[in-house]
Amino acid sequence: MQKKSKTLLLLIHQLLCIYQFNYHLRKMRFLLLFSRQGKLRLQKWFTPISEREKKKIIRDMTNMVLARQPRSSNFLDWKDLKIIYKRYASLYFCLAIESQENELLALEVIHRYVELLDKYFGNVCELDIIFNFEKAYFILDEFLMGGEIQETSKQIVNRCIESSDMLQEDDNSEWYEVELFG
Amino acid sequence: MSDVVEKTLTALPSLLSLDSQPGAAKLSSTSKLGNLIRGITELTSKHEEEKLIHRELASIKEQVSSPNTSMRQMKELMVRAIYCESLGYEASFSYIHAIKLAQQGTGLEKRVGYLAVSLFLNENHELLLLLVNTVLKDLQSTNLIEVCMALTVVSQMFPKDMIPAILPLVEEKLNHPKEIIRRKAVLALYKFYLIAPNQVQHIHNKFRKALCDKDPGVMTASLHIYLQMIQENAEGYKDLTASFVSILKQVVGGKLPIDFNYHSVPAPWLQIQLIRILSLLGKNDQRTSEIMYEVLDESLRRAEMNHNITYAILYECVKCIYTIHPKSDLLEKAAKCIGNFVLSPKINLKYLGLKALTYVIQQDPKLALQHQMTIIECLDHPDLIIKRETLELLFRITNTQNVVVIVEKMLEFLRMSTDDYTTIDLVGKVAELAEKYPSDCVCFSYKNYTYAPDNEWFIETMNTVFSLSGDTMQPDIPNSFLKLLSEGFESVEEDRKLRLFAVDSYVTLLKGETGKLPQFFLQVISWVLGEYSHLSEELKPATVLELLQKLLDRKQTSSETKSWALMAMTKLCEGRAGVSVAQQVSETYISSMDTVLRQRAQELQHLSQDSELRARVLPRDADLEPLEVDSSLSFLDGFVSEALAAGAAPYKPPHQRQEELSQAKVLSLEPYGLSLPISMSSCSIADRQSPTLLSMSSGLSGDSTDLSHKGGSTTLKFEGVKRVWGKEGYLAQKESVEEAVQVEAPSPLRSTSQQAEVVGSHSQTPTLTPTPEPEQEKQQLASSLFFGISSQSSVCLMGKSGPTPQRFRRKAKGQSSSSGATEQMSNSVVFTSTTVDNLLCNNPPDSTITSEVDVSSSKHTSELPQGLTAANGTCDIEAELTDSDLKGSSPPLSGDNGLENADPDPHENLDKPQGVCLSSHLPAELSGLCRSEITPLCTLQNLDLSACHVHREDTIVLVVFITNSSDSAVQHIRLDLDSELLEVSCVSESPAKDVRSVAVYLYSLTVRRPAVHVELAGTVSYQVPVGTPQTAQFSYKLPLTAFIRPLTVSTEEYGTMWLAFSHDTKQNLTLINDGQEPLVATLNVLRKKLQLHVVEVIGVEGILACKLLQDQPCLMHFRVHEGALAVWLRSPVPDLPDCLIYHCQRALQEH
Repeated sequence: MQKKSKTLLLLIHQLLCIYQFNYHLRKMRFLLLFSRQGKLRLQKWFTPISEREKKKIIRDMTNMVLARQPRSSNFLDWKDLKIIYKRYASLYFCLAIESQENELLALEVIHRYVELLDKYFGNVCELDIIFNFEKAYFILDEFLMGGEIQETSKQIVNRCIESSDMLQEDDNSEWYEVELFG
Repeated sequence: MSDVVEKTLTALPSLLSLDSQPGAAKLSSTSKLGNLIRGITELTSKHEEEKLIHRELASIKEQVSSPNTSMRQMKELMVRAIYCESLGYEASFSYIHAIKLAQQGTGLEKRVGYLAVSLFLNENHELLLLLVNTVLKDLQSTNLIEVCMALTVVSQMFPKDMIPAILPLVEEKLNHPKEIIRRKAVLALYKFYLIAPNQVQHIHNKFRKALCDKDPGVMTASLHIYLQMIQENAEGYKDLTASFVSILKQVVGGKLPIDFNYHSVPAPWLQIQLIRILSLLGKNDQRTSEIMYEVLDESLRRAEMNHNITYAILYECVKCIYTIHPKSDLLEKAAKCIGNFVLSPKINLKYLGLKALTYVIQQDPKLALQHQMTIIECLDHPDLIIKRETLELLFRITNTQNVVVIVEKMLEFLRMSTDDYTTIDLVGKVAELAEKYPSDCVCFSYKNYTYAPDNEWFIETMNTVFSLSGDTMQPDIPNSFLKLLSEGFESVEEDRKLRLFAVDSYVTLLKGETGKLPQFFLQVISWVLGEYSHLSEELKPATVLELLQKLLDRKQTSSETKSWALMAMTKLCEGRAGVSVAQQVSETYISSMDTVLRQRAQELQHLSQDSELRARVLPRDADLEPLEVDSSLSFLDGFVSEALAAGAAPYKPPHQRQEELSQAKVLSLEPYGLSLPISMSSCSIADRQSPTLLSMSSGLSGDSTDLSHKGGSTTLKFEGVKRVWGKEGYLAQKESVEEAVQVEAPSPLRSTSQQAEVVGSHSQTPTLTPTPEPEQEKQQLASSLFFGISSQSSVCLMGKSGPTPQRFRRKAKGQSSSSGATEQMSNSVVFTSTTVDNLLCNNPPDSTITSEVDVSSSKHTSELPQGLTAANGTCDIEAELTDSDLKGSSPPLSGDNGLENADPDPHENLDKPQGVCLSSHLPAELSGLCRSEITPLCTLQNLDLSACHVHREDTIVLVVFITNSSDSAVQHIRLDLDSELLEVSCVSESPAKDVRSVAVYLYSLTVRRPAVHVELAGTVSYQVPVGTPQTAQFSYKLPLTAFIRPLTVSTEEYGTMWLAFSHDTKQNLTLINDGQEPLVATLNVLRKKLQLHVVEVIGVEGILACKLLQDQPCLMHFRVHEGALAVWLRSPVPDLPDCLIYHCQRALQEH
């Protein structure tokens, strides 16, 4: 009897563990930017994923999103995730979120990122992102962090980026700190 | 490809022309990276690209390893390496250089180094350990930008085991004068909290400081942590509700800097975060919910601009309003909001509306009715995601009446679906539905066919499910299907018919083209034929054997399926013909390479020759005698103890191992897989008959060495699957049917108003007159889909569309006609309640409806016979009454009618004369039972109302005393009780009429929906001979604990139940330390205060069980962990665990 219930309790523990692991999933899973021709321009993964899996996801995403009919919604089901995508000129932005998340909000996350890029590059186009992808990553890192929104104020994000750009010109970092931190 | 080149070329001049934008460093197109990128776009084949990249990588490799490369060049090289990686070419040689660059570079070089690291490596990469020192150095740097970079990389990825090394530094940054540093530090801590919550436990109060930070950015960042913590334990943060509300109020009111606006909406992300937190806090908690009503209302009102972001906020508001304790006017607004979403022409909004509808539909099925036509349209929407969401919605509102139509719609979708994940998910849902409603023979009409969710429907649906799902199906579906078949339903005759039908249908299938049938299905077919083909009289075993043989001969048949087929043949090989076939087959497979097949062939050979042995090994109808399965694997005990004696390590559960490992600072382990264990119990239906089980069990004993170490990854899976229709599951299903009855049985008084309402809403749709053909079809579909939800509306729709005029027609005139109309109703569930009483007692589930209707007549009105005169009352009662009159008016209702603990002597409280006096009026059968204090409810001119509740074994009885304190007669006393959460039924009026001064009313109460406290509202009205009628309102509150009774179960039963229940909650409670063993002491307190049953206590763990009247179990698991008591509650009833945990906490606090 004693033994039996012990086994049972162990089982319960096991389930407990699974349960706890489910807790720690991020709200955003990944962000991909690709062109109309399916060329990947930017990728950001908010959860650890193996290289092979990444390649498969990228292939799936480009195929699915590019095959969408016009006048359908901006959302897609993919496995247990929701894919939110939006096209800006020749570039597709594609964000994967957990299915209980708010899709419209995710759409606005994309839009805010585009606004940030636009503000930084000034009338941003695909080529800006191709040739200056590291800048696009920097902006993204200031905006999103680990699958969550970090900073939604446009000015603050831009001030961060611009001040680190100054680093390039002048390694003496005293004066732009004033700029950055007000 | 060529047009890309062209575009690139045309764009180049503009790229090269330097513009004055400060950030636009467009020069890089002339750089090496620019050359590389342009080079690649000019190429025409993948092969050329590969060649180019390999050349590039080789040159990068050469340069990075050269000692002469400056950091600035290194930065440039690293960017190129990133580019190559993102094209999908490996550049792993550069990883170490990226770390070096982060370490040695300055400014932008460092930044690129960190970026490369974060792109190249993932959290588990071992090279990350080399980054720790760099991060440490940068965190201490005086250069703020370097600190920022370090914090950024820390919150993106950091080895879990190294957190202690940098934690103090990050913590220190919480007090940094610059807000950007504070913000990043908070986010880094959030990351730590996610991956290693134990390590940041000590800084919880610092999070509070961050929440109060004067910078909105820092405050916003801290909300991430709070959302997470509140998700895990809402109780612990209730005190912050008012703060969150006031923050939200300020945000909504536009108090934040304009910089945070997004499309002129103030800080939408912050708003949404706060609303989410509030909904977690307000869930099942009326008091907390009340604090937030106002601000939610304001959010709803403010978010009126026509922009996605305001819709996103509205959506969160709606979800929140339906999550917290309900408030009718907010619900109304939220429902309107959902309506706007659903009806919107914008497809994104429509989708979100459907999603919201799916979320709220269980609380408010009426909402689905309002939008039924939209839902029908969405079913045929070209966008798959909308279709899918609609099916999800329908899945939630399935009942016996509409299951056939809904399942058909789902199958339709399945036939088109190409995505494996969707298929698996939907197949599971269809199977669940099919198994849930198989034998309720409810006929109804749809498209002039009569469908009945009966045996045939069930088998055919399952056939479709099996054939559509391919081989991607979760194995528990066929398992539970077979279990269902073998265990059967209610009547033996029905079971026989079901099995017979299955056999017939499978024989037909096998005779046709079997090439496309999935292996799972073939296995199911084999098993069913082997087990039940003898039921069919015209079917000869030889025919079946032949079919199975054909199956065996086919090339596509997998060897697992073959073994199932062989097993089936073993059961069937009777008679000379049978034996000869068996011999022939077994000879073919006896030399098979597959050992399982060889085993089966051997069995077939031997058993076919010895019919006596066969009858003993494989008896027919073996399922009649239940098989004993030793799910605890006690037969291994000997082995385990031997192994222990031989020095093996004792078993440790995975989480313990995890903790120990993290303490030992070993590199992190693989994450656990998320898949839940697959049931073996459901596969045990086939037990001796099923070939897989035999092989599985032999597998078990084979690797039992692992067993004790692997934490039962194979062994403990026994009861992992929720049984939909097993012996236990059956009860649960019954309950759901009962619930359906409550929902469906309409009060005749209500139907008038509702019908009017439906007619009203219906007339808005242009489909009314004259009804075109497809529209009519849609309406029929609607009526069949939404039938069970409210019969009135289908009356209306059916009446308009015509083809089945009489079937559901129902006059809403009241009692007399409703009983007359029932004759024609084929639906036994809805319409059998012919008696007036029955109809009256089935309160509609939604109080908002009832409140619109004439309340007094619909409720339990008990009219006192005229009189209740108090002329000749006995002296002493009289005296005491005047006494009580004085007291009666003052004491307020205590929030929590504490129980006087089960003392049979009612005269215990001698200091409460009223209680004593009134308690003497308690009916004899209730006196002596445990009851609450008698509390005054309200006082009127001549009347005093008091009440108490009495605990009976199986029910709670509410006793209301009406005391007439005047001399004059009081007439027409009417007492109406109503509650949203409770089912109230009148037991008796004043039993003894000669007690003229006191009248006693008894009501029995049942919980409809659990809440921490349940409240009754009531009205009393009466008339004095001279004067106007008087009314007064009162309320009475009971704690949920009043409805809790111990549930006596054994540990085994507990185990099975535990896995079957879906609603749960967890929390840490404080232990009681008063001398004795803390766990035992704590459990004892809980047992006494809450009436629980202690199932078993082992070491630091204990399991308890209780039930909510009637028969709604709740299981509790307690474990002492680091000085606290980790509690985990599970129940099939939503909200019950949450409410109970609240009471547990209170009980311990009060102790």
